[in-house]
Amino acid sequence: MEAEKILDEARSLNKKYNFFITINENLFPEKASPKNEKIKPISVKDNICTKGLRTTAGSKILENYVPVFDATVIEKIKKKYSIIGKTTMDEFGFGSFSTNCAYEVPKNPLDDSRTCGGSSGGCAGYTYASKFSDSSIGESTGGSISCPAAFCGIVGITPTYGLVSRYGLIDYANSLDKIGTFGKSVEDATKLLNVISGYDKKDSTSIKKDKENYESYLGKDVKKLKIAVIKEFSQGEGINNEVEKEFWSGVKKLENKGIKYDEVSFSLTDVFIPTYYIIAMSEASTNLAKYSGIRYGASDELKGTFNEYFSHVRSNNFGKEAKRRILLGTFMRMAGYRDAYYIKALKIRSLIINEYKKLLKNYDVLLIPTMSILPPKFSEIEKLSPVETYMSDLLTVGPNLAGMPMISVPVKKDKPIGMHFIADHLQENKIIQMGDFYERIR
Amino acid sequence: MKIDKELIEKVAKISRLNLNEEEKEIFLKDFKDVLENFSKISRVDVINVELSVQPVKFENVLREDKVENSLDEKDVFLNTKHKEKGFFKGPKIL
Repeated sequence: MEAEKILDEARSLNKKYNFFITINENLFPEKASPKNEKIKPISVKDNICTKGLRTTAGSKILENYVPVFDATVIEKIKKKYSIIGKTTMDEFGFGSFSTNCAYEVPKNPLDDSRTCGGSSGGCAGYTYASKFSDSSIGESTGGSISCPAAFCGIVGITPTYGLVSRYGLIDYANSLDKIGTFGKSVEDATKLLNVISGYDKKDSTSIKKDKENYESYLGKDVKKLKIAVIKEFSQGEGINNEVEKEFWSGVKKLENKGIKYDEVSFSLTDVFIPTYYIIAMSEASTNLAKYSGIRYGASDELKGTFNEYFSHVRSNNFGKEAKRRILLGTFMRMAGYRDAYYIKALKIRSLIINEYKKLLKNYDVLLIPTMSILPPKFSEIEKLSPVETYMSDLLTVGPNLAGMPMISVPVKKDKPIGMHFIADHLQENKIIQMGDFYERIR
Repeated sequence: MKIDKELIEKVAKISRLNLNEEEKEIFLKDFKDVLENFSKISRVDVINVELSVQPVKFENVLREDKVENSLDEKDVFLNTKHKEKGFFKGPKIL
């Protein structure tokens, strides 16, 4: 593969769909020899630090930020992949449709009047549309890998919290953020997970465990795996008719291949959204306190007192949704409100984790549709209120709150609806086995 | 709890954000809508439930306190124009 062909494709896709904030014109700098043909181009979400390559996290406040170090995942991929560019996303990941962008808004390659999903929209769109690149590094806080994977008709793996190092990731919410992978196929996404997973002493929430070869689970028999479909998330009110129909036709295909399943109930589903957003906004509001216009990021003439200067720079450079989340997150941690919101949400999170754990004692894999809706049109998204937008994450925030591994696999080829397989902590093997099996029989 | 313009102004001040009148109105409405939706959590009984600060249990990680390589001075100041003689320059404190 020649660098120029890959770059030309990226530039032309970008013109049409806005997948990139920055295209790396230095693709394959010292590697562009025939010997290195095995090195693949890969796109990376723009909230992951890449040495010497601008990293904005989709925010104006980091418009000119050029990291002086690589995130751990970037160090790890360098032998096998070369970065084609940094992809479009909601500012700091604050969104479900990649429309809260300080830069361009990515368009869905399956239908350009619709969203790619968010917040890792650019990653998913480019992975679907490119002839040269088969995988991408994304990040999920409450569904930002599964949602765009489903909407763009590709595969997304969100690993167990702590399986992949977060060192060099620009934080949204530390206790929820997970770097993961996209692939044109389960195999592509799994190969990349193999490269980026593993303990890292630079991340204190990195899990110490032996390195596992996830590729070895591809093609394995799944007949022994017990599956549960969660009733509340797979039928009736709140689930789009076409999503419901396609999802159950997918379940039927599994059944026809001898896979048995039970239908089970989950309580607390009505508090998934508030619990997730309270924790996410609270953590985001402290994380964004570091943008003060001095050491890096947007700045201005040093005028006024410390607080006046900080407030001036922040107000001019954060977008509307970032401001909304900073304000709500700050409020929910304020004396007098903290116990009722932030502390309470952390306790409910324990109940939610326990309920997942209890179910996953009896079943290997939980199965639901990835999203309850089809990718909305941009004209529809414009009309949504913040609460209506937050509600669209209903199906993805649960396993993200609980830090469980999950994979989204298109229900059919080129269809913007996902089958979402979820397993217990560190049981990536089971979701990969199931996802891979489903992909072959769908 | 009273959600009004004064509350928005107070939170904005703590958050180090200057809001114009239009933003205050928008965020006031958002606070009302969002907090009403979030109030659902008050119905959940959490007596004797522990906090989950992380989704997975971690042990404290300690390391030896020894000197390791860090960034060059050039790299440290690469992303700012507010620098002088090896220091970051900030606004006046008083």
